Amino acid sequence: MRPLTDEETKAMFEKLSKYIGENIKLLVDRPDGSYCFRLHNDRVYYMSEKILKLATNISRDKLVSVGTCFGKFTKTKKFRLHITALDYLAPYAKFKVWVKPGAEQSFLYGNHVLKSGLGRITENTMQYQGVVVYSMADVPLGFGVAAKSTQECRRVDPMSIVVFHQADVGEFIRNEDTLT
Amino acid sequence: MGRKLDPTNKVKRGPGKKAKKQQGAETELTKFITDGEYCALYINYLQSGNLDQKMSQPLLPIERAAKKEKKLKETLALESDDDEEDEEDDSEEEGDEEEKSDADLDEEDTVQTNIDEMDKFRLPGAEETSKEGVLPLDLKTIHQRIKDNVDVLCNFSTKREEGKERTEYLSLLKKDLCTYYSYNNFLIEKLIDLFPLSELVDFLEANEIQRPVTIRTNTLKTRRRDLAQALINRGVNLDPLGKWSKVGLVIYDSSVPIGATPEYLAGQYMLQGASSFLPVMALSPQEGELVLDMSSAPGGKTTYIAQLMRNTGMIVANDANAERLKSVVGNIHRLGVTNTVICNYDGRQFPKVMGGFDRVLLDAPCSGTGVIAKDPAVKTSKDEADILRSAHLQKELILSAIDSVNAESPSGGYLVYCTCSIMVEENEWVVDYALKKRNVKLVPTGLDFGKEGFTRFKERRFHPSLRLSRRFYPHSHNMDGFFIAKLKKFSNVIPTAPAGKEASEATVVADSSQEKPSEGDKTKKTIPSKVSGSKEHAQPNGTAARKTANIKSKGKKDLSTGPKKAKVAKMDGEAVKEAEVKKPTAKIAEGTKASKADRKEGSRFETKQGKKTTNPMKTKNRMGKNKFNKLKYMLQKQDRK
Repeated sequence: MRPLTDEETKAMFEKLSKYIGENIKLLVDRPDGSYCFRLHNDRVYYMSEKILKLATNISRDKLVSVGTCFGKFTKTKKFRLHITALDYLAPYAKFKVWVKPGAEQSFLYGNHVLKSGLGRITENTMQYQGVVVYSMADVPLGFGVAAKSTQECRRVDPMSIVVFHQADVGEFIRNEDTLT
Repeated sequence: MGRKLDPTNKVKRGPGKKAKKQQGAETELTKFITDGEYCALYINYLQSGNLDQKMSQPLLPIERAAKKEKKLKETLALESDDDEEDEEDDSEEEGDEEEKSDADLDEEDTVQTNIDEMDKFRLPGAEETSKEGVLPLDLKTIHQRIKDNVDVLCNFSTKREEGKERTEYLSLLKKDLCTYYSYNNFLIEKLIDLFPLSELVDFLEANEIQRPVTIRTNTLKTRRRDLAQALINRGVNLDPLGKWSKVGLVIYDSSVPIGATPEYLAGQYMLQGASSFLPVMALSPQEGELVLDMSSAPGGKTTYIAQLMRNTGMIVANDANAERLKSVVGNIHRLGVTNTVICNYDGRQFPKVMGGFDRVLLDAPCSGTGVIAKDPAVKTSKDEADILRSAHLQKELILSAIDSVNAESPSGGYLVYCTCSIMVEENEWVVDYALKKRNVKLVPTGLDFGKEGFTRFKERRFHPSLRLSRRFYPHSHNMDGFFIAKLKKFSNVIPTAPAGKEASEATVVADSSQEKPSEGDKTKKTIPSKVSGSKEHAQPNGTAARKTANIKSKGKKDLSTGPKKAKVAKMDGEAVKEAEVKKPTAKIAEGTKASKADRKEGSRFETKQGKKTTNPMKTKNRMGKNKFNKLKYMLQKQDRK
């Protein structure tokens, strides 16, 4: 476990800012104690300093997970967000998409959100903006990228994709083995 | 979906049609045949068994009358096929049909005879039992015989047959239970020891039925009322679990898979057996504490702890199995728990990694005799060695769990020990062992139901405070069989540890050497001569240690501990060596010749035994010599009292 290098920090923050914008600083400067990011097994974990100290007791090969896993660095040094980061993305998300109850299931199985399943969308969403996907009951279900801007969404036919799927909570079951 | 435990199936199976099917054909049959008929069939069977020649002659015409029923019976038989071996001979089938029609014809009569015959339950003779070997009995008969047998055994003085011993009845009962419920002999015997006979059948019946599916609300994300509403909207039929839990819900049936609803995936609830709530409730973790969950997979109890602590403080979730830890990771993230460190140590090594926990939950690996409903393989796969092997592991784990607790913690210093086994060897025995070995005492679990733990069981006598532990059974509480004990550590000093460590080791050796010859173990035959010396040496160190040795040698000890110990010694070998490197320096500082001799003895045995886990506490709480002598004196005084 080690702190992130500058490049890694940059890669990760760029990715995070697509979803939560400048709210990133709320993650780093928290009123309830200092929190930090650490790299372990190519995965980025977000934890409080207290837990960090505790975790130093555990040898590297025996440590499985600390705090919350945000995502991992791929072999090509790109950062990929995991669904486990949803708890921190959802409250700070700038752009949101709500899916209709009928389309929930489809999204949770890893499919893109179609226009027909789109319940609501934040105004002024740009194309390719990172969005957090909610159910109509305001339960965060995952995140993705807007395929169309809000304006375009109004016009397109019902079967066209409006949000590209990136991660959904169904992965807790589907990809249990690769979460960490 | 690639999920091993697919709860969806279970839900559907739960209280619905399939559950009934699972109970086996015999229970299905009882619905069609009333009790009176049952007895009639049984009596008829007895008669036909004795006088089958005479009976079969006049009954042939009735066969024709019974043809109609044959079809009905065949449909029943189809259902019973999967469960039982019905290789019923033709002759027996005929008999059956005849009996049935007979029973139909004069029901009034049979009720009458039934009452008469009930009192006359008698043991089958030798010739009959030999016949049984050849002709497989039908299960209804066995079931009835079990009932009658239990009835007689419960009122033995009035209902017994003259000249028959209790043991004869018991052995027949055992045999019948084994065939009817398909257990192996060993487990049935254990269960007979454990339960009164009237309860035994209830217990075995309860093991054939699945427990209700229960879920726990994740209060970090939602409230129970909201969750219940959301699930009801999805077509789930549910109810609050009981007065004792504010977060539990029972699922009766559901039109959607309960383990894959969007609410589940969003982490609003956790599928968890009702019995798994209890240890965490007993642990009652407080906000801001440092808690260890020693065997955490799949994370149900860990997340419950986190939820009670409202995500404050710190939790260390450990499990020895790396594969199973993946589910812990998944569940912890799904439920939004952020205060957890997950690691993959062998629990026995944990005190070396870190200590000073406010509370420790030890859900020890066990034989699983409490969850036969979940895993019927337990019925036949366990034997004495398995039980004792897990008991041995549990003893090692409980000691290392105790060593991880910080007794001086202002809010805690508690350990909760629980297993999903109902065997005394894995529960009371283990806790009793811990009471002897460490400065811990039992405290009330804070659960207002459950049965008291045993303080005496067969030849074993446990500490009276084991009354405070709790047992839960499938038949009386409708949850998995479970055992919970809550211990409070009142001192970080390991009894007879710092300077007296060698002594306790020596007694252990002495202890094993006393038994070894009887076991016929040749490898350690050379030891006794050495041991006698070391034992004398150890004597001034207080009688407590010797006492434990005596008690232990009285109790039956398993054969498996021998080789197992050696293995552990190997595993811990490195650590022991390390400890030894430290020890000499400390000892020299003390500067006594006696202690040097001690060390020699100790190291000689330690390499062989290596059983003690080294404890970081030990160095911290090392006592000066004067202080030790004082303590020793006090202990001796106490012992004399």
